[in-house]
Amino acid sequence: MSEAYAAPDPKELRDHQVDGPELTTRLARTWGTKRGLIGALSTVDHKIIGRRYIVTAFLFLFLGGLAAAAMRLQLARPESRLIGPDLYNQLFTMHGTTMMFLFAVPVMEAFAVYLVPLMLGTRNIAFPRLNAFSYYVYVFGGLMIWVAFMLNIGADVGWFAYVPLSGPEFSPGKRADIWAQMITFTEVSALAVAVEIVVTVPKQRAPGMTLDRIPLFVWSVFVTSFLIIFAMPAVMLASTFLILDRLIGTHIFNPAEGGDALLWQHLFWFFGHPEVYIIFLPATGMVSAIITTFSRRKTFGYLALVLSLIATGFLSFGLWVHHMFTTGLPQLGASFFTASSMMIAIPNGIQIFCWIATLWDGRPVFRTPLLFVLGFFFIFVAGGLSGIMLASVPLDTQVHDTYFVVAHFHYVLIGGAVFPLLGAVYYWYPKIVGRLMDERIGRWHFWLAFVGFNLAFFPMHITGLMGMPRRVYTYQHEMGWDNLNLLSSVGALVFFLSFVVFLWNVITSARKGAVAGDNPWQAGTLEWATSSPPPPQNFDRIPVVTNREPLWAERETLSVAAGLSVDNRELIVSTVSEARADLRESSPEPSVWPFIAAVATGITFIGSIFTPWAAVWGSLIVGVTLIAWFWPKGAKEDEK
Amino acid sequence: MKHRPVLDVSELPTYAFGARSPMWWGTLGFCVLEGTGFALAAGAYLYLAFLNPQWPLSAPPPDLIWSSLVTVVLIVSIIPNYLSKKFAEKEDLPRVQVYLIVVLAFGLAAIGLRFLEFGGLHVKWDQNAYGSLLWALLGLHTVHIITDVVDTIVLTVLMFTRHAHGKRFSDVGDNAFYWNFVVLSWLPIYALLYWGPRL
Ligand code: HEM
Ligand SMILES: [Cu+2]
Repeated sequence: MSEAYAAPDPKELRDHQVDGPELTTRLARTWGTKRGLIGALSTVDHKIIGRRYIVTAFLFLFLGGLAAAAMRLQLARPESRLIGPDLYNQLFTMHGTTMMFLFAVPVMEAFAVYLVPLMLGTRNIAFPRLNAFSYYVYVFGGLMIWVAFMLNIGADVGWFAYVPLSGPEFSPGKRADIWAQMITFTEVSALAVAVEIVVTVPKQRAPGMTLDRIPLFVWSVFVTSFLIIFAMPAVMLASTFLILDRLIGTHIFNPAEGGDALLWQHLFWFFGHPEVYIIFLPATGMVSAIITTFSRRKTFGYLALVLSLIATGFLSFGLWVHHMFTTGLPQLGASFFTASSMMIAIPNGIQIFCWIATLWDGRPVFRTPLLFVLGFFFIFVAGGLSGIMLASVPLDTQVHDTYFVVAHFHYVLIGGAVFPLLGAVYYWYPKIVGRLMDERIGRWHFWLAFVGFNLAFFPMHITGLMGMPRRVYTYQHEMGWDNLNLLSSVGALVFFLSFVVFLWNVITSARKGAVAGDNPWQAGTLEWATSSPPPPQNFDRIPVVTNREPLWAERETLSVAAGLSVDNRELIVSTVSEARADLRESSPEPSVWPFIAAVATGITFIGSIFTPWAAVWGSLIVGVTLIAWFWPKGAKEDEK
Repeated sequence: MKHRPVLDVSELPTYAFGARSPMWWGTLGFCVLEGTGFALAAGAYLYLAFLNPQWPLSAPPPDLIWSSLVTVVLIVSIIPNYLSKKFAEKEDLPRVQVYLIVVLAFGLAAIGLRFLEFGGLHVKWDQNAYGSLLWALLGLHTVHIITDVVDTIVLTVLMFTRHAHGKRFSDVGDNAFYWNFVVLSWLPIYALLYWGPRL
């Protein structure tokens, strides 16, 4: 096309004109974040944002864990007077909501934000300002609901907030409004990150990273991002409908005026079931990464693993109705959904088979990350078995809303996501922090967590079969549930203790851990090709990939591309399937406007709990902040 | 690790149009997720329509006149919109400026007509579930029109400043892409809300 287009500027310094330490410092200056508060608030570095994201998500895990501790304390003895029914309702709502919306999904996206650009060999995520914005929106959503809880206007309608219970008639006051707005907040953030990943993966891979050379963790968050894009609008729509019903008197869920309460459940579970896989799929990516590295061999069945990820993604949408077996759906429908609920066991089985084959054929090194993966196998398979039991309609009808279900989903969620996640922390900590975590404390952590977890949750299968309903604040001595509950509570205590050990390890290793070096585990993927922690530019020169594990193929020298600008934030944009280098695009400079826009969004959402007009005026302010954000002020390409 | 340069990227362009540009993919991503939102909202409408023996509930179907005018304006706007994109690809700034202004005029007209459209619904949002969903779907789409018009205003102003070169032309293309989505997503909603009750 036009001439002006590719003409290189003779004054512009390119990276083949400088080398070594000089290149590193110059690039670090170009890509760095300014000091001070404004610098911190305007950063667009995916590593800084990702690190904050991870820490924040773990803080919410801690808060959710505190709520769980309080519940277990209350349930340790029959007819305990510690916590009344009202507070208990808030506690399980805050626990479920925090774990699902503020911890589990965000923590997976947080790891993706940190790792994906490094694993792809690029310098930043696509749309870095949107990335900063999503993080702040997430923080405000989480803060809002926890501050509300402290002010005694916390949500108390369960993490699924079924109408009519959460509707205007049965939940007067602000509790359910705050819940609904928090949902909208976190979904805005989750969706934005999903779009960033869905663009980063196909467009910003290092040259040569064809589709069959993408690391499995990247594949897993890529598929997950599609699930988010198709599932989260459902819950956003639901929470918006809910707040409309509550605030301006619409009747969408009101049967008296032609609405329908089950519509809520359909919308909610259309999201809620894929949600489990949104949490679980990235965890499988972590498992693949850890198993491959610690088996010292290529992953067995790479293609099968990728196809299983995709198949799981598709199947996860067919299944939401299994949460509604007891709502009286037509028989045929129920059977169909039973069948598809069971079908999802197939790709899961294939994945487990490939992992075991990789371990079997390799020379596994049993360091802490791998221990957590083995713990994951054990717990997750147990959770899968009770899941197959639940997928059968007669049994589900029997144990519906008992502690059997509570046991099952904690096996799946904690076994399937939290254990791989802890393994992932041990695995990538040296990259993020530059030092290794302590191995001995790590083993203590693992065993306390494993024993504590099973002690806490296995007995719940039995209390559930014995008929103990969930979401009750106490039970009577005559029911015979005392000892099992006490056991659960003691187990929960041990499980918490394991997190204290973990925290201790994280904190002390940051100063005293062994210095990691670039690649302490001798792993094969690109995030290990740069220093630990990585410099602001991630890579001095963008790698050129010829192999699925580039660092195993090229141990001494890395093939790289040259010719990017040194003084301008350039990165390589590549073609979708073959990953041929196609453009040198400028990545956005830091800006404080995403932060201000997030503050404005926060004020708008919180205001609209009180008056619909806040939405109107708030949107105007948000609009102004967005214009400032998009305005190419001081853009380097315009200065020439 | 030592480096061995095997590829020279210094001659590559710094921006491109359509699917070569990450922004195009981002726009597509947002279209897909918003489209999912529209589909689910329409699904909720149909769900209640099948559930209720009578639909629309105790209200005559909404007036056709304003909604049809909105529809015509939106469809016709595709032409200047297409031209803005085409001339952006040729980096023909004067023509891009002209067609952006024309697109903007269509967008503003659509917003004006949309407000008249709300007046012809014959039902309030707090009257019954039918009214609620009618307003919700229409509101959802209106938000999209307004967002894109504001977006177009900013872009148009930009194209009259010193920033009007290079990558901005590619932004014009993506703006056109998003506008097409706003138009296309309207057609099924229009059929559902205005012709559905008349079948
Ligand atoms: C830290 C250890 C944990 C303990 C001791 C624990 C304990 C509990 C208990 C006792 C309940 C049942 C409350 C009731 O029905 O009365 C519960 C509910 C729940 N838990 Fe956990 N939990 C833990 C971790 C997690 C994690 C990591 C997640 C998710 C990633 C999670 C997700 C949920 C959900 C979604 C509910 C349902 C809440 C509701 O019914 O509204 N939990 N938990
Ligand atoms: Cu499910």
